[in-house]
Amino acid sequence: MNTYAGLDIGSRSIELVVRGGGETVASRRLATTYDPAARLRELFPDGAPDRLAVTGYGRELARELFPKALTITEIKAHALGAAHLFPQARTLLDIGGQDTKAVALLPGGKVGRFEMNDRCAAGTGKFLELTATVFGVPVEDFGRLALTGNPEAPVIGSMCTVFAETEATTLMARGTPPADIALGLHRAIVARTTAMLARVGLELPLVFVGGVARNPCVARLLAETLDAAPLIPDAPDMTGALGAALWLEARCP
Amino acid sequence: MTDAAHMALWESLDLDIPAHDALLAVLGKFYGDIYLSQQGRLKGAEYLDFVLSEVHGLRIKEIQDTKATGKKVVGTFCVFVPEELTLAADAIQVGLCAGAKAGTEKAETLVPRNTCDLIKSFVGFKLARLCPYTESCDLIVGETTCDGKKKAYEAFGEHVPMHVMEVPQCKGPCDRDLFRAELTRYKDALEKLTGNTITAASLAAATKVVNAKRQALQRLARLRSADPAPISGRDALLVNQISFYDDPVRFTAKINELCDEMEARIKAGQGVAPSGTPRLLLAGCPMAVPNWKLPYLIESSGAVIVGEESCIGERNTRDFTDETPTDLDGMLDALTDRYMKIDCACFTPNTERLDHIAALAKELKADGVIHYGLLFCQPYAHEALKVGKAMAAAGLPYLAIETDYGMVDAGQLKTRVEAFVETLS
Ligand code: SF4
Ligand code: SF4
Repeated sequence: MNTYAGLDIGSRSIELVVRGGGETVASRRLATTYDPAARLRELFPDGAPDRLAVTGYGRELARELFPKALTITEIKAHALGAAHLFPQARTLLDIGGQDTKAVALLPGGKVGRFEMNDRCAAGTGKFLELTATVFGVPVEDFGRLALTGNPEAPVIGSMCTVFAETEATTLMARGTPPADIALGLHRAIVARTTAMLARVGLELPLVFVGGVARNPCVARLLAETLDAAPLIPDAPDMTGALGAALWLEARCP
Repeated sequence: MTDAAHMALWESLDLDIPAHDALLAVLGKFYGDIYLSQQGRLKGAEYLDFVLSEVHGLRIKEIQDTKATGKKVVGTFCVFVPEELTLAADAIQVGLCAGAKAGTEKAETLVPRNTCDLIKSFVGFKLARLCPYTESCDLIVGETTCDGKKKAYEAFGEHVPMHVMEVPQCKGPCDRDLFRAELTRYKDALEKLTGNTITAASLAAATKVVNAKRQALQRLARLRSADPAPISGRDALLVNQISFYDDPVRFTAKINELCDEMEARIKAGQGVAPSGTPRLLLAGCPMAVPNWKLPYLIESSGAVIVGEESCIGERNTRDFTDETPTDLDGMLDALTDRYMKIDCACFTPNTERLDHIAALAKELKADGVIHYGLLFCQPYAHEALKVGKAMAAAGLPYLAIETDYGMVDAGQLKTRVEAFVETLS
């Protein structure tokens, strides 16, 4: 049986999905760390698999390490992965560690218009991570904390990570409960995200992938704003790796 | 030139030698990575490599030698400064690059932090004493094409001899009159600077020289409609960049040779990228030397650039100056007409630019358009949105990019450009 390996090298984590016989046969996830090359060698101690497609911001690095690997962008990979899991989806939202992407999905997981945040980290996983540290809360629990916030609480106006942090600290000093501030920060992300979705011509259903799709507060706020719950895969951070494997499978049967 | 000769030249211009050495080292590495690594380049590109390798050497020496005979050097930042007049006064015109980050901290003492990199660059090059062209100038001509430049020239003028031309913002009859008057004022400034009188004969001869250069550049531009593309976008951009500072007559001859070679290649069905490679038109802000970041990212993402709708490209070469008038007044009118056709984003309205982009994309058989805006450039940021709508109406895939001269966003830009190219194939 031929196997197809899809690898997604992101800023925070590396994901691997292996497909064979038309289904996913293995998947793995590990932290990127400061030495992604070492992590990749660890992942493939016996060398890279014959059929390997790499996506994510580390794809160039992988190309150096594994010269035979093919690369595609994370935009295309996520689109293919998302469309495979939810063929009915029309728009894709991917919030990862460093980037936020909105993509209009065309039939077959093809990419229509897309938008991506520019150099600043506003509205990305990084934003959540940095602001969570202000509260001393692990980022995994940050969304749950925000869900308990009072919806009437002040809105965080700033989209800039640095300023949002300042705003949060000011509110803390004024005695605003952390949960309320956390909710305000989540709202800021969702406001920015919906603006980006609108720019690609949002159509429902929306599929939401990437690490931040695990955050229950972002998902809930998105559902409220769009009046429809986003479709979220069981393993939202594996979509890119899945898409890369699917692409390879379709390309070299 | 020998290293010692270079050094003596740079010392005579009072450059900051260690900083200048560092700049050349970076530039050399950058050039190697972006240019010399290309496959299947034209033979004529050797001229480009040579000019660039001696950009701070031989060309500067040549300029200094002519200066020693009494000729004056005029530096410019914009295609609105008519080279015809400069040459008619027997002066040398050089476009000052302003395409690299240099002396940014120093520049920010003269201009606000949220100013585009082009402005910061020319200010920084001067304050950090890095640019032998700037240091060779007897006069620097600015123009009021955007608020950033117009205010920057006020401060810059305290460091260099400046002449500022007013470029109107609309294209009505009174605006034309204004620009006509500004041409006369520039002519007077040149005559005062050089001690030469601009005559009908000298202006006619200069116009011929400049038109011939435009013709060669247009010829090159048209040849790029061939598939496979006969020249890389990077090399074509470099040709346009060099057109601003090499001797115009020599340049024209060299580019015509390059075009001969391109024609032969087209006949033989050869190109720099295989037929079927996605073809892109690059539109927007000017890209001064050594601003090659985006073209490099695009061409290393599996696409080939087939045209530059830019001041360092099509916008500078599209229109000729009418050579029929025989008296000075008529010639100045012809110059006014020619320059008022420039579709710079500083004009309101500027709808002709939208038509030009769509028409050019069609002519060059481009599969898509990438709009390049410099961060903090208001005029082109606004136009990026309009161009987007116009391209949607024309059915042309479109990507707008806003960036600066820094490299921090290279990874994100690459993802965007690659994803855009993926949607085309
Ligand atoms: S974009 Fe406008 S201001 Fe800039 S060089 Fe071109 S014509 Fe001049
Ligand atoms: S890039 Fe824009 S802001 Fe900068 S000088 Fe040119 S027109 Fe002005």
